[in-house]
Amino acid sequence: MFGKLSLDAVPYHEPIIMGTLAIIVLGGIAVLAAITRYGKWGYLWKEWFTSVDHKRIGVMYIIMALVMLLRGFADAIMMRLQQALASNDAAGYLPPHHYDQIFTAHGVIMIFFMAMPFIIGLMNIIVPLQIGARDVAYPFLNSLSFWLSAVGVILIMLSMFVGDFAATGWLAYPPLSELGYSPTVGVDYYIWALQISGLGTTLTGINFIVTILRMRAPGMSLMQMPVFTWTALVANVLIVAAFPVLTATLALLTADRYLDMHFFTNELGGNAMMYINLIWVWGHPEVYILILPCFGAFSEIISTFSGKPLFGYKSMVYATVSIGVLSFMVWLHHFFTMGSGANVNAFFGIMTMIISVPTGVKLFNWLFTMYRGRIRFTAPVYWTIGFMVTFVIGGVTGVLMAVPAADFVLHNSLFLIAHFHNVIIGGVVFGCIAAMNFWFPKAFGFTLNEKLGKASFWCWLVGFYLAFMPVYVLGFKGMTRRMNHYANPEWHPYLVVAFIGAVVIMAGIALTVLQLAVSIKDRKKNLDLTGDPWGGRTLEWSTSSPPPFYNFAHVPKITSLEHYWDEKESGKAAQVGRYEDIHMPRNTGAGVIIAGFGFLLTFGLVWHIWWLAIIGLAGMIGTFIARSYDRDVDYYVSAKEVERIESAHFTQMKEVA
Amino acid sequence: MSKHLITSAMRALGAGAVVLLGGCSMEVLSPKGDIGEQERTLILIALGLMMLVAVPVIILTLVFAWRYRASNTKATYAPKWAHSTAIEVVVWAIPAIIVTILAVLAWRTSHSLDPYKPLESQAKPVHVEVVAMDWKWLFIYPDYGVATVNELAFPTDVPVNFSITSDSVMNSFFIPQLGSQIYAMTGMTTKLHLIAREPGTYAGLSANYSGAGFSDMHFKAIATSEQGFADWIKQAKAAPQSLTAEVYQALSKPSEKTPVTYYANVPATLFDDIVNKYMAAPHEEGAAMHEGMHMSADHTMSADGMHMAGMPMSTTEKAKASE
Ligand code: HEM
Ligand SMILES: [Cu+2]
Ligand SMILES: [Cu+2]
Repeated sequence: MFGKLSLDAVPYHEPIIMGTLAIIVLGGIAVLAAITRYGKWGYLWKEWFTSVDHKRIGVMYIIMALVMLLRGFADAIMMRLQQALASNDAAGYLPPHHYDQIFTAHGVIMIFFMAMPFIIGLMNIIVPLQIGARDVAYPFLNSLSFWLSAVGVILIMLSMFVGDFAATGWLAYPPLSELGYSPTVGVDYYIWALQISGLGTTLTGINFIVTILRMRAPGMSLMQMPVFTWTALVANVLIVAAFPVLTATLALLTADRYLDMHFFTNELGGNAMMYINLIWVWGHPEVYILILPCFGAFSEIISTFSGKPLFGYKSMVYATVSIGVLSFMVWLHHFFTMGSGANVNAFFGIMTMIISVPTGVKLFNWLFTMYRGRIRFTAPVYWTIGFMVTFVIGGVTGVLMAVPAADFVLHNSLFLIAHFHNVIIGGVVFGCIAAMNFWFPKAFGFTLNEKLGKASFWCWLVGFYLAFMPVYVLGFKGMTRRMNHYANPEWHPYLVVAFIGAVVIMAGIALTVLQLAVSIKDRKKNLDLTGDPWGGRTLEWSTSSPPPFYNFAHVPKITSLEHYWDEKESGKAAQVGRYEDIHMPRNTGAGVIIAGFGFLLTFGLVWHIWWLAIIGLAGMIGTFIARSYDRDVDYYVSAKEVERIESAHFTQMKEVA
Repeated sequence: MSKHLITSAMRALGAGAVVLLGGCSMEVLSPKGDIGEQERTLILIALGLMMLVAVPVIILTLVFAWRYRASNTKATYAPKWAHSTAIEVVVWAIPAIIVTILAVLAWRTSHSLDPYKPLESQAKPVHVEVVAMDWKWLFIYPDYGVATVNELAFPTDVPVNFSITSDSVMNSFFIPQLGSQIYAMTGMTTKLHLIAREPGTYAGLSANYSGAGFSDMHFKAIATSEQGFADWIKQAKAAPQSLTAEVYQALSKPSEKTPVTYYANVPATLFDDIVNKYMAAPHEEGAAMHEGMHMSADHTMSADGMHMAGMPMSTTEKAKASE
């Protein structure tokens, strides 16, 4: 009846897990009670859960990402503590059984459920506004994408309390991830969490490619798109090209685990190297999916606050596109030590180095954007400059490992761990937080507290260097990744420093949370009434903050790259014309419902509860069909209503001026 | 006078670098053999080359940020300036030049330090067959008919030719102070060639996570004199245990912190049998796929299909899997 699921699946005897469960349950009850107490269920359902407004969906993505940052970081600091304790072959406080799940969960959560939702959330909020669109191409699909990702989050969180999670490393290499070596449901949670959120991500990719290619304001040629939109376009093309590979690879692993196939097993001619190749064919583009939109955000920030157009816009676009193309030709650098032969290794090594050329160009372009500018040192600029310095170091160590013969001694060492945290914290995390500080007023209508933002930055920056510079050294000292304990006492001091660094990062995270809380509390003092708090250059700043749900009363006719800036310069920005009815998509609960059935499907599959899986699948398909027969999916906002909203905004602007 | 200053500055810098990089015993940067030596040099050269660009970029970032801060109204402000062909040519050219140099270096060293390439030496190489198991290392000396668990010995100044496989999941065979690592994978043999120049006991480990017992999967690699090696072999030969099929079966069960063990009398075909037992006879494509995957035939697959009684083997008539 319940497949492999029984009450034994709950790890009662693990105090750490049960403590976490207690906190989550109590916290959850408190939140639910508060929502009920203030009668906000209807509001949440109508205005948020069923919303097809790209801005609201974007906000939900980012909230999810921030929550997952807390979870991913909790894992990280647990690992840091374990390694700070487990010197001289001491056992530490986490047995391998537990520790190995933690590093796997940390990697999976940070990449798939922290960084990805953050990036997708930013693209959701900003891209339609930057191109003068009223929504994305497929608003319902957008809602569905979000809720499918949320199911992935729920599965991975649930795996902590019901059953276990994979203990295989974040890419679940076979044969270790095969049934023979990983007989529990851990790997199945991994597979289905990634499959269902991956489906959401793929749909997002399609959605945004169509949005950017088909829904730009009239007159906006490709070479007049803001750089953030360019990077979003390339990232989404990469998503559509790469994610199906991940889906297929995991499907083959699933076939091995569920249908007794032998694609990657040791027996019957199965070959794990196939999996390792395939997963990195997805995996390398994935890192560019994450970093490119951050490059875009940094570009917007540095140009806005330098009070200058971005230096070398065309170079920037070419660099972005060439990084996108090249990112599919380098995957083998993740396993030079497989014995592929000198020619093959050298080819992939050199291709990898070639990618660093356009990346280097980007850095120079940001430099020359600052050159002869008037840089206002706001929090987003702090993050940007911190990024530029830190990313150079990460780039150097990355190129070093692209030299195959150097990688022979650095591969899988802590040097590698330091390298990718260097680029992913220095690049992706800094980028996301910079972007959050920069675009927050656009999404919510008030700016974030600058002081706390800068304090958070300093903690992250100092914490990062403390936490990861010793880790580089440990790589040179021959320490490999994923060690639960170690005999060599010489490694210990470095790991203690790394732990202290993680504590400093924790302070940075706490300060970001505090920054959000304080800013919300003091929002009346920091209102952005003009819609353009920073002296912005791109279209999103031309509408009010937060924008009306239809974004633009008049879709602008674009005449130049910095259209909005040029209009401001020539005094044409705030001109009003006649209003017209606006065509908008209606909210729908179909996304939530399909995802709900998706949860039943994947949970049933994880535990081999076949009837539940069938109900889930049937429900998903049924709801989708029902939705496609629904003809009442859009409506018109009357010109009168538009006029009312717009004149309220103009009155506000006049008051400020 | 100024020349003297420069040389002493250089010396101080060099000493500083040594203290920083080699002094506090960084295994990878203080290698004890040719391969590691060359890899260390390669790392330092590549880092040095990149620093030529990286350091100025970091400094320029900080300088520009400071100089063009909004409060510094004395600095030039060019609010419309956003393009300069000359600068753009330069910013594409600089990374391109560095990358070109690095590419040449990468190409050359990929070949000269190819782990599959036998080392040139007057001395006759020692052959060691390495099997990664859950969670220990088995070292077979086919020329001497002995085997050991978690301890490896070889003479200094003599090339050691490793043939590596796994009887479980994937691992990576790595002795940081001697240089390159290479994966250990089931059903196939990878190759590694190392040489030690200084006697000593070096830490060896698995560099690829392989499950719960992974952290204890380390071994001692003893580089010793010819005589010391001969003694070591003698000691192994005197071991009470033989590595029979039954003993191997028991050994291949998962275990952690396995103590160093010596085995006398090791069947000559043990290593090939371990490789071959995973090569399923009915699936001839298995081997073909393997070739395709690697895009080169560098991998060697064990060729003969002899097997050991008592081993689970589906490949009795499997012969000549490839090359
Ligand atoms: C915020 C501070 C962070 C700290 C202190 C931290 C710490 C760690 C530690 C200790 C490990 C295990 C290293 C080992 O194997 O020995 C690890 C692995 C990893 N981290 Fe982080 N991390 C942080 C942030 C991130 C972020 C932001 C990401 C990605 C967006 C990330 C992605 C990963 C991945 C993919 C792994 C590899 C997991 C595996 O071995 O399978 N980490 N991290
Ligand atoms: Cu890569
Ligand atoms: Cu192979």
